[in-house]
Amino acid sequence: MCLAVPGRVLHIEEGPLLTATVSFGGVTKDVSLVLVPEARVGDYVIVHVGFAISKLDEEAAQRSLDAFAALGELGEPEESAP
Amino acid sequence: MKYVTEFRDSKAARALSEAIRRTVRRPWTVMEVCGGQTHAIVRFGLDALFPPGLTLVHGPGCPVCVTPVGLIDQAIHLASLPGVIFCSFGDMLRVPGSVRDLFAAKAAGGDVRVVYSPLDALTLAQAHLDRQVICFAVGFETTAPAFAAAVVQARRLGVKNFSLLVAHVLVPPAIGAILNAPGNRVQGFLAAGHVCTVMGCKEYDELVRRHRVPIVVTGFEPLDILEGVLLLVRQLEAGRAEVENQYARSVRRQGNPEAQAVLREVFEPVPRAWRGIGEIPQSGLRLRHAYAEFDAIERFGGDVALVGEGGVEDAECRSGLVLQGLLKPPDCPAFGIRCTPERPLGAPMVSSEGACAAYFRYRRRTDSLQEVRHGE
Repeated sequence: MCLAVPGRVLHIEEGPLLTATVSFGGVTKDVSLVLVPEARVGDYVIVHVGFAISKLDEEAAQRSLDAFAALGELGEPEESAP
Repeated sequence: MKYVTEFRDSKAARALSEAIRRTVRRPWTVMEVCGGQTHAIVRFGLDALFPPGLTLVHGPGCPVCVTPVGLIDQAIHLASLPGVIFCSFGDMLRVPGSVRDLFAAKAAGGDVRVVYSPLDALTLAQAHLDRQVICFAVGFETTAPAFAAAVVQARRLGVKNFSLLVAHVLVPPAIGAILNAPGNRVQGFLAAGHVCTVMGCKEYDELVRRHRVPIVVTGFEPLDILEGVLLLVRQLEAGRAEVENQYARSVRRQGNPEAQAVLREVFEPVPRAWRGIGEIPQSGLRLRHAYAEFDAIERFGGDVALVGEGGVEDAECRSGLVLQGLLKPPDCPAFGIRCTPERPLGAPMVSSEGACAAYFRYRRRTDSLQEVRHGE
């Protein structure tokens, strides 16, 4: 039920529901940005039941991936969370 | 798919599981709250990567599973009324009511339609002005803002033939109920990342303060869950109890203010019965008085309210224990024999987030393969 999937905003229509075309790995769907009005074309948003519920923080995602990579190379857990 | 595939990398998964093994020195029992996480754990076999002392138990985070039988009976009653189009997410259709499910209501002539979004139901209402369109509003804090936004939009457009049968539930009161239960053995929680995307972390600060348990807000991909577990066992081993945010790419501490605003505008908290668990104070939502015209129970009157009072659950179904993390699905005597996705005794066998469905779908084959190997 709480399944939500990241997709990239391709186009935004003005209007009360801020309907956007969002691409999920090439498959596009109409999504309302009314809960994430700050989202812009090119942003990744996390989409649940037809609504974006957050703008994906790409820097935070990269920090997580970097931390995983470092963990693999060092073989030692870092004390601080990413 | 970007921001999905990278979080399924097997090399990083091994590194994280190694880090978990090195960290764990004592036995711990932790709970993943969300059924989406349960499915990822069972599907990707993440529990096999944990050291023997670390036990993961599955929580009540499946809104379909905890919807009381009385509400399912009301849904079936409404769906069977002439002139009604009843809309629902797909996994609600096979959930058993007292005597039948929504599929049976559809087979008997009820106009039951599966929707992906509350907005699909609103569009149906606009296209069928001579019919009443009722949408089954099921879900946690993640989903409630979408239904709230649909109600606001219906009012803005003057749509008069659209209403909700509200079954929304809230996560923090359920965590509180688990911690307050006499037999509780859960020592730390992975909180549901998408609920916290909407609500933020504040309610969890309060739970940590009151119960001294660590809570890690966690995402849904394998690496998210492994990192969430790592952060949790580090806290447990160090004797810390804090709210940590593993899922920073989506969760901000304050949550999503727009989503919270529309949720509060349209809904208010009420006591709610959870299927298999019982009533939990202030753990559900109902439409506020100002939006009562969109309440299907108000609109369709006394009969519907009465239908909801006589719900009878299957006597053999042990979903209440499963939902509280006290029983693993394969340990239920009915599992896979008298209870299957085609003929379920309870909701966790049919919901896309149900723990029983996860074990049925991903574990039966492995178990039977192992049996074959043993027999060779």
